[in-house]
Amino acid sequence: MTRPSRTRQLPALALLAALAALPFALGHDPYLLNALITTGIVTIAAMSLNLLLGFTGQLSLGHIAFFGIGAYVSALTSLGFDVELFGGLRVVHEPWPPAVGFGLAVLATAACGYLVGRLSFRVRGAYFVIVTISFSEVVRLVALNWVELTQGPLALTGIPPLGLWLPGLGTTVLRTKLQNYYLVLAVGTLCYALIGRLVASRFGRAMRGLKENESLALSLGINATRTLTLAAVISAAMAGAAGSLYAHYLRIIDPDVFLFSTTVTMVIMVVGGGKGTLLGPVVGGLIFGLLPVALRPVMVPEAQWMVFGLVLIGIQFVMPRGIVPGLVRLVARRRPAAASSSPVPAEVRP
Amino acid sequence: MNEFLQHLLNTLILGGTYALLGIGLTLIFGIMNVVNFTHGALYTVGAYVMYLAVTALGLNFFAALPTAILGGLLLGAVLDLALLRPLRGADMDTTMLVMIGAGIVLQSGTLWLFGGVAKSIPTPFPDAPLQLGPVSVSWLRLFVLGAALVLIGLTYWLINRTRLGLAMRATFQDHDTAALMGVNVRLIYTATFAIGSSLAAAAGALLGPVYVVFPQMGGMAELKAFAIVILGGLGNVTGAAIGGFILALAEELGAGYISSGYRDAMGFLIIIAVLIFKPTGLFAKAERIG
Repeated sequence: MTRPSRTRQLPALALLAALAALPFALGHDPYLLNALITTGIVTIAAMSLNLLLGFTGQLSLGHIAFFGIGAYVSALTSLGFDVELFGGLRVVHEPWPPAVGFGLAVLATAACGYLVGRLSFRVRGAYFVIVTISFSEVVRLVALNWVELTQGPLALTGIPPLGLWLPGLGTTVLRTKLQNYYLVLAVGTLCYALIGRLVASRFGRAMRGLKENESLALSLGINATRTLTLAAVISAAMAGAAGSLYAHYLRIIDPDVFLFSTTVTMVIMVVGGGKGTLLGPVVGGLIFGLLPVALRPVMVPEAQWMVFGLVLIGIQFVMPRGIVPGLVRLVARRRPAAASSSPVPAEVRP
Repeated sequence: MNEFLQHLLNTLILGGTYALLGIGLTLIFGIMNVVNFTHGALYTVGAYVMYLAVTALGLNFFAALPTAILGGLLLGAVLDLALLRPLRGADMDTTMLVMIGAGIVLQSGTLWLFGGVAKSIPTPFPDAPLQLGPVSVSWLRLFVLGAALVLIGLTYWLINRTRLGLAMRATFQDHDTAALMGVNVRLIYTATFAIGSSLAAAAGALLGPVYVVFPQMGGMAELKAFAIVILGGLGNVTGAAIGGFILALAEELGAGYISSGYRDAMGFLIIIAVLIFKPTGLFAKAERIG
C-alpha cells in the first residue's frame, strides 16, 4: 500500500474545514462550544485507542488510565506539590509552566505505554483485557487514596490554563472557550496526521500483518514485541496529551477521570465509527460525543447510558465494522470504479 | 493475635461469596469462551431482587434468597438466547463488546428504576453478634457463609454427578465431539450461562443484606470476580473456589495491616502479579472442569 494520495484525504480535509468553521455557524454558543471541546478531547483519546484496538487488534480496556495519568501529571507539574514518601523522604516541587506539564504528561504516559506494551506480548486475549482494566483501577485507587499528592476526592483545583507561544506574538494564555476549541482541533489534526503517516508506513504494515495473521507476520521477520510496544507507546502518549488538554481546559480534576465508563465511551466511538480506519474514531467521536447533547432534553442520563449500551450491542449485529466502512462500502457499490480510492486504508487484502 | 484470628474469620465469610462469584464466571468462560461483562450487573440484579422480595413482596428472608437465584437464572437464560446464541462463532472481542453493552443497559436500568440512593435489606437475625472466644461474628454473616458453602456444594454436585454436568464437562473438553455424541450443545450453553448468572445473583443476594444495595455495586464485584478467575486459572472451578478465599484473605490482611483505602486494590494487584509471574493461574491444568 502506498502513502494516502491527495484525493483520499479529501473527506478528512472537508471535515477539518467544517470543524474549523463550526464555532461561527453556532454563533459562539458557550454550551455547545463546551460540548465540542470535551468531545474533541475524548475523540483524540479515542483516536489513540484505535491505534491499539483497530490497527493492532489489542482490546485495551484500561485506556482511561493514560488519559487520567496525563491529566494528573500535567496538573501536578503546573500546580506544584509537597509530599513525604516512605522513609521520610520529602519531595517538594515548585509550579512549572503548564506547557512543561503538557510535555511531561506525554513523556510519562509514553513510559506507562511501554510497560503495558511489553505486557501485551506476555498476555493476550481475555487476559490482556483484564490486566488493562486492573491497571486503570489501581491508578484510580491511588489517585483516590494518595490524598497528600492528589487531594483525593476533593479534586485538584485552580489548574492554570495552557499558554501558547507563537513566533512574533509572544505567549498567549488560552482562557476562552474559542481559543481552547482551536487548540483541541489543532492537536487533534496533528494526531490524525501522525496516525495516518504511521499506518501508511512500514510500521503500519507490520501492525496490520500481526493483527491479520501473527504467525505469518513473524515468519516474514516482523518483530512483534517491538511493533506492539511502539504502538502502545504512541497510543498512550496521545491519550496522555488529551488528558493534559482536559486538565488545563476544565482546570479541575478528580479521581473520576479514571472511571471505566469513559473507556467504554471511547470504545463505542472507535467501534461505532469503524475500528482500524483513520476517519472512524473521528466520525464516531463526533456522533457519540455529541449524542448526549442531543438526548439531554428528552431523557435522563441513566436512559442516555442505556441508549449507549444498546448502540454498542446493536453495532455488533447490524454494522460490525462500523459506520465509516459501512458508508464506504455503500459508496463503492454505487461507483464500482471508485472502490480503490476509499478514504479508509483498506485492511491487508490476501 | 486476636485481631489476626478475626481477620481469618472474616476471610472465611467473605471468601464463600467470592468463590460463588468466581465459579459462575469461570464456568461461563471455560465452557462458552465468553468473558462475561454482565456478571457484575447480575450480582446487582440478585441483590435488588432480594430487596424487592423482602420489602415490596413481603416474602420471608429465607424464601427471598431462592427467588433472587431464580431471577438470575432466568435473566441469564434470556441474555444467552437474545445475545449470545445469535453470535455463536463470532470472535471473542465481539461477544465481549456485546456483553459490555448489555452490562451497561442492566446497570443504568437499575439506576433508572431504583435511583442512586443505597438501600438496606432487613434481616430476621439478631443484632447482637455471636461471641466465639476472642472473636465475634454476626448471625447474618454466619448464615451467608453457610448458604454460600451449600451453593458451592450444589454446583459441584451438578457438575460431577448429573447428566447435565456430564454434558457440560463434555462440551468443555470438545464441543464438536460432544455434539456428535448427541449433546445438545446450544442447550448446554444456555444452561451454563443461566447457572453462572444465578451464582452471581446468589452472591449479590447474600452480600446485599451484609452491606447495602446500590446500582453500581456490581462494578467492583465484577472486577473481583475476574481477579478470582485469573488466580484459579480460566475455566478451573476448583481454582475459582480457592481463588475466592485467597482474594478475601488478601483483602482482609491488606485492609487490616496496610490501609483500608487500598482494600479494593488487592484484587487488581493480584491480577497483575499472577499474569506477570504465572499467567496460567496458580492451579494450572484447566483441562477439565470439576
